[in-house]
Parts: sequence; structure tokens; C-alpha cells
Amino acid sequence: MNDKNKIIAGLIIFFVVLLFPFWFNLIFGAADAATAPEPELTDKAKQAETCVAETDYMRTEHMQILDQWRDMVTRDGKRIYKAENGKEYEASLSNTCMDCHSNKEKFCDSCHNYTSVDPYCWDCHTYPEETE
Amino acid sequence: MLEKALKGSKTYWMWLLALAVVFAVGFVVYLRQLEFGLGITGMSRDVTWGFYIAQFTFLVGVAASAVMLVLPYYLHDYKTFGKITVLGEFLAVASVLMCMLFIIVDLGQPMRLLNVIFYPTPNSMLFWDMIVLNGYLFLNIVIGWNVLDAERNNTAPEKWIKPLIYLSIPWAVSIHTVTAFLYCGLPGRGFWLTAVLAPRFLASAFAAGPAFLILLSFIIRRFTGFDAGTRARQTLAKIVAYAVLANLFFFLCEVFVAVYSQIPEHMSHLQYLFFGLHGHDALVPWMWSSMALMVLAVIFLIIPAARQNETTLIFSCAFVFVGTWIDKGLGMISGGFVPNPLHEVNEYIPSIPEIVITIGVYALGFLVLTLLYKVVTGVKKEVAGQG
Amino acid sequence: MENSRRRFLKTAGFSILGVGAGSMLIGLAPGPSEAAGPAAETKPVFVDRPDAKHARRWGMVIDTRGLDARTCRKMEEACHSIHNVPDHIGKFGNKNHEIKWIWDTEFKHAFPGQEAEFLSDRLENAPVPVLCNHCDNPPCVRACPTRATFKREKDGIVLMDFHRCIGCRFCMAACPFGARSFNFRDPRPAIEDENPEFPTRMKGVVEKCNFCAERLAVGKMPACVEASGGALTFGDLNDPDSDIRKLLADEYAIRRKPNLGTFPSVFYIV
Repeated sequence: MNDKNKIIAGLIIFFVVLLFPFWFNLIFGAADAATAPEPELTDKAKQAETCVAETDYMRTEHMQILDQWRDMVTRDGKRIYKAENGKEYEASLSNTCMDCHSNKEKFCDSCHNYTSVDPYCWDCHTYPEETE
Repeated sequence: MLEKALKGSKTYWMWLLALAVVFAVGFVVYLRQLEFGLGITGMSRDVTWGFYIAQFTFLVGVAASAVMLVLPYYLHDYKTFGKITVLGEFLAVASVLMCMLFIIVDLGQPMRLLNVIFYPTPNSMLFWDMIVLNGYLFLNIVIGWNVLDAERNNTAPEKWIKPLIYLSIPWAVSIHTVTAFLYCGLPGRGFWLTAVLAPRFLASAFAAGPAFLILLSFIIRRFTGFDAGTRARQTLAKIVAYAVLANLFFFLCEVFVAVYSQIPEHMSHLQYLFFGLHGHDALVPWMWSSMALMVLAVIFLIIPAARQNETTLIFSCAFVFVGTWIDKGLGMISGGFVPNPLHEVNEYIPSIPEIVITIGVYALGFLVLTLLYKVVTGVKKEVAGQG
Repeated sequence: MENSRRRFLKTAGFSILGVGAGSMLIGLAPGPSEAAGPAAETKPVFVDRPDAKHARRWGMVIDTRGLDARTCRKMEEACHSIHNVPDHIGKFGNKNHEIKWIWDTEFKHAFPGQEAEFLSDRLENAPVPVLCNHCDNPPCVRACPTRATFKREKDGIVLMDFHRCIGCRFCMAACPFGARSFNFRDPRPAIEDENPEFPTRMKGVVEKCNFCAERLAVGKMPACVEASGGALTFGDLNDPDSDIRKLLADEYAIRRKPNLGTFPSVFYIV
């Protein structure tokens, strides 16, 4: 085969492109790698002490809970969520979640931006305007 | 075989480039639609399906019409279609591809497309449409490619391809039947609510598709020197003639039922399309042209001397294509929405961005078609060279 | 599925552990049945609010005799403002993008094919409110490829799940009453005062009247019924003792396009 050089060159280019995120971060990103944000709690949220589930669980699974809520409310019309801690909550993003966590920017957005997810909740659901 | 598409003349590359540019323009406008919403189209609360869905309907027909080649060639061993059948199959591939794109550009939330699979709903005709269209695309790619590959290697096609070919025959009928069922099962839409809709769709499909294929075969002969054969074209022309006749016949049956029964719900749509309703008559000249074109084409195609003359044949086929396109791609869908269920008249006229996106989809379809046909003609020439 | 099972097991484990530890502290050893009781109960459940209104099949009777243009306007405004229905005509002058849940039209448009030829002046010009009929046999639900629109089994309301709608508009073609609207663009710029208690929609989804399902769930009557000054009666069509059934037994009421077999749940006394 006479194309040995071409093949090797092609492979090198392929891997350089493939590994772009790694070498890019190594060279340019390392200096100011973002630290994981700590979502800020409002006073009301601090006072409540507990959310509809434990904090760790909420942190990883809140989207599943919201998913479940939305199906129950929009499809079955069941609006009261009896949580594992025995308390009852109205299953509503705007009226329950955002009642305590009224600081969308510092609570929701800080993590969502960090992990680069863009949930479309706010296309339809409202959140309290930040007053500070 | 794909490498055949990589070697071509300057004209070939210029043509591909031109198509790519048109597609790119359409794509940019589509991005705008994605951002703003379907409000950039001419559709409205009353006419909720427009140009996109109409093109989809028309192209499903073009795709289904491949069966007019597959059936005689494979089932009845009609050798005359030996050179042209694969052209029909690849035309089907490009058409189905365009159909799917037209569905996607018509969706308000295209990123949720997979919901159709996550929440499969057998009572919705759209669910079945998805199945038959994807199946048909798969069948035609596999069959066309394998048969062509076998021809190139001078071997018989794989054994397992035969059942797929037989399956593709009823499958072709199914894609257009299901497409008609999208419309004709809806209560309160009198224009579509007719059992003859599926047969009529098939008839106009078997006219438009083969007519287009005849035109394509002339173009291919001109640019590549590959000739599908005069006899094949003549047989196709006869198929076109009777299919157009059947389409006109079914249409007249509908006109009779609607007009003689005098039931307003059925009659008012025809009235709107052919005479205008309450002063709204944007489609009137189009509909009459469509009828005139189809009638003229039938006359030309039935008279042997006119059919055998290449010039009149080309004109007749163009008439059929344009006539059926107006019939289905313009009148059929918006006609069903005017007047609306409250018997109010709100007309639909496609917007410029809508037309640009439509042309963009067509450009991509023709791009795929060109590549596929390039492969076909390359292989056919190679085989002829060896022989 | 797997997720909820895991969560349940985890909860059950934690609860037993917690109850066990707690009881040891106060020196009370509970029997195993008592320990299992609260653990099983803490599985998350969804229930109706205690004040929710229930019916087997919600229905509406519209008495056109008691309606004038002003009352109709009041009903429409009540509905549209509560549900964040955008006003594309008022804001952008664009009739094509119009969205409406309830609106009034003339008798001949509400009942095409049923038009009486020599109608009284009153009926000829009377405003007839039209809205989603919440059909018992809804063609829109049949057509939807994702079950984004569905008939709620428990009370017959035909609803939209805006999260799931792909915007194919098949339901709009299927609806013989023109009751559905499509968001041809982002509705928010065309909403004057947003009601924070109800979500807006996004571009590319279909919407329509929901019989105020969100109000029934908290024990309120539909907004249009409240604004109608008694011309609209709302109740359970399945309950022979309900007001709506008594009204239907007393008066001759018609429905829109009954020949199509969709069995509308909205009746009209003309």
C-alpha cells in the first residue's frame, strides 16, 4: 500500500478532532474551570428545612418528581402529593416549588447553567420575578 | 457502488452544487421557522394544513407509483421494464425521504417527534403512516441496491430479496391508502369524507409517478446517454393514460355525488375550488387548469401517433405531472378546510418563506435522486461496457 | 418503574430503621406490624383535593335565551384571561394566528346544516357561544398520534397535555366544531396580564377549552359559567338528579352536528 502516510495522517487528524473537548480543556480551560455551584436557599426554604424529599434525592431526581407531578396533574387531575415524609403538597411547579424557591436565578439556573441543561419549563410556567 | 456518484462531469457537480445551495437557503428559512413558529407560513386557525402536507400527500403518490414498474417486472416478468424498474425504486426512495421531511417541517414541535414512538397510538392514522412510510423507504433502498449490485456483479440477486420484492407491492398500495385514510376518516370534513378518496389518490399517483419517470428517463438519456428504452416509456405512457382517466372518473363520481345530492357539506368545497365561495376564489383558475391539463394529456396519450411522438409525449407527461400536482398539491388539502366547520370562508395562500422551505425540501430530494441515478447509470454503463 | 421501586425499598428501609432507632431511644419496642404500617403508608401517593368537584361526565347547557352580547363578552374575557389565552388579533392584528377557547357566533355558523329558514329575529342575530364540546366520542382523541389529547376517564373532560403535543394539528382537522387553536408563534407577547396560577403555552402546540378542569379540581365552577349570569348550567350528565339533567328533562335542547356521532356534552336551548 502506498497510502500508508495518508492513512496515518488521516487517523491522526481524526483523533485530534475526536478528542477536541479534552485537549481544549487541558490547554485553555484548566485555569478557570468552573467550580460546582451551591444552589442558594431562600429564607423560606431554609425555614421549611425539608423539601418534598431529602436533599440528596431532590438534587438528583427532582426532574423525575416533576415529571410524575405533571403527568398526575395534567392527565389524572390529582393535585395533592402525599410525600414520603407524610406531608401533603400541591403538585405545582409555579405555586409550590417556586413558592419556597422563589430565587430561580440562584437556585434553578445556577446548576442548570453549570450542567448546561436548558429545561423548557419556563416557556409556559411562570416564576416569581427576582426582587433583589 | 457509491463511488459511482463521486465521479462526474462538471455539469454534474454544478447541478449538485446548485441543489445544495437551494437546500441551504431553504434550511436557513427553516431555522427561522423553528425559532418563530409556524406563523411564518400562510396557514391559519381554519386552514391548519397547507403546502407542506399537500406536498407530502402528492409525493407519497409518486413514491407508491414505483409499484407500476415493480409489479409488471417482477411479478409478470415483463422484461421491457428491466432497465427502468430500479429508476422507479430509487425515485420512490427520494420521494419518501421528501415526504418525511415535509412531515417534519410541518410539525409545531419537531424535537418531540419521537413521542409518536414513546406513546404509540394505534388508533391514530399518523402512527400507521409512520410505520408504512419507514417500511417502504427501507424496502426500496434494500431492493433497489441489492438488485443493482447483483446486476453489476453479473449474478442473480440474493434469494431473500424476492419475498421483500413481493412484500413491496402491497406495501406501495398501503402507503397511499393510509395517507388517504388520514383525511377520509375525519367527520365534519365533507370534502374528504368519501370512500373513493384512497382509490382516487392511487389513480392520480399512478399517473403522476410514471409520467415523472418518463420525463426523468428523457433527462437521463440527454445527460448520460443511458436510455431506459422507448418501449418501456410507451408502456408507461399507456399506464399514465389510464391512470389519469381513472383519476378523472373518480373525480367525476365525487362531483356527481356532491352536486346531485346537493348536500352543502359536500358540495361547498367543490364550489369553492371551482367557482369560488362568498367572493373567495384564489384557487379557481388553478383547478380549471388542472382539469384542462389532465384532459389534454389523456387525449394525447391515447392517440397512438401523439403518444409515440417524443415531443408530444414529453408535453403530455408534463401536463399530467402539473395537473395532478395542482389537484393534490394545491387543491386537495386546503380545499378540505374551506369552508371551515362553522361554514365560514377563510382562504389559504402559502407564504414566501413557506414556499422557500418547500423548494428546499424538493432540492434535497432531487439531490438524493441525482446521486442515486448517477450510481444507476454508472453501473448500467459499466455492465453494458463489459457485455 | 425501577426508579420508584428502588425509592420505595429505600424509604421502607429507612422508615423501619428510623422507627426502630427512635423506639429504642424512648424504650418502647414496637411489634413488627406497627413498624410495617407507617412504612407502607409513606409511599408517595397522589390524591384529589378534598374540595374538588366530581362527576362521571361533565356537561353544559347553554340557554341562549338568557344571553346577550355583553354577557358573552364577559364570559369570553373571564375564560381567556384566566387561561392566559393570547390575543393575536388585538396585539398584532393577525387573524390567522387567532386563539380562542370560547367565542360567540351566529346561529347559522354554530349549527350549519341545522339552519332553520325563517328564524325569528332574536335567533337570527342572537350570539351563540361555542366552545369545545367535550364529546363523549371525540374524533380529535382518535386522531392524536401521541395521546397528547385524551378523554379523562373519570369525568369525560377532553384535555390537552401541552408537554406531549408535537403540533401535527391532526386533532384540528379531526374536530368538526373548529374548537381547537394552534400556537403559530410564542403566545406570551400577546398576553396582556399573565395569570401566574395557570401556565401559558409555548409555540407549536394545540390548545382548546378544558372545561376549567383546574378550577373543578379546587372546587370552583368553570369561569364562563360563573360569568354567564345563570345562562350556563354545568353539572354531571350521568347523575339523573343533577340540575343539568333536570333542565334537560324540562327543556328541548339541541347539540351541534349530532349526526356525526361525536355525542357532544354541550347542549343548547334555543
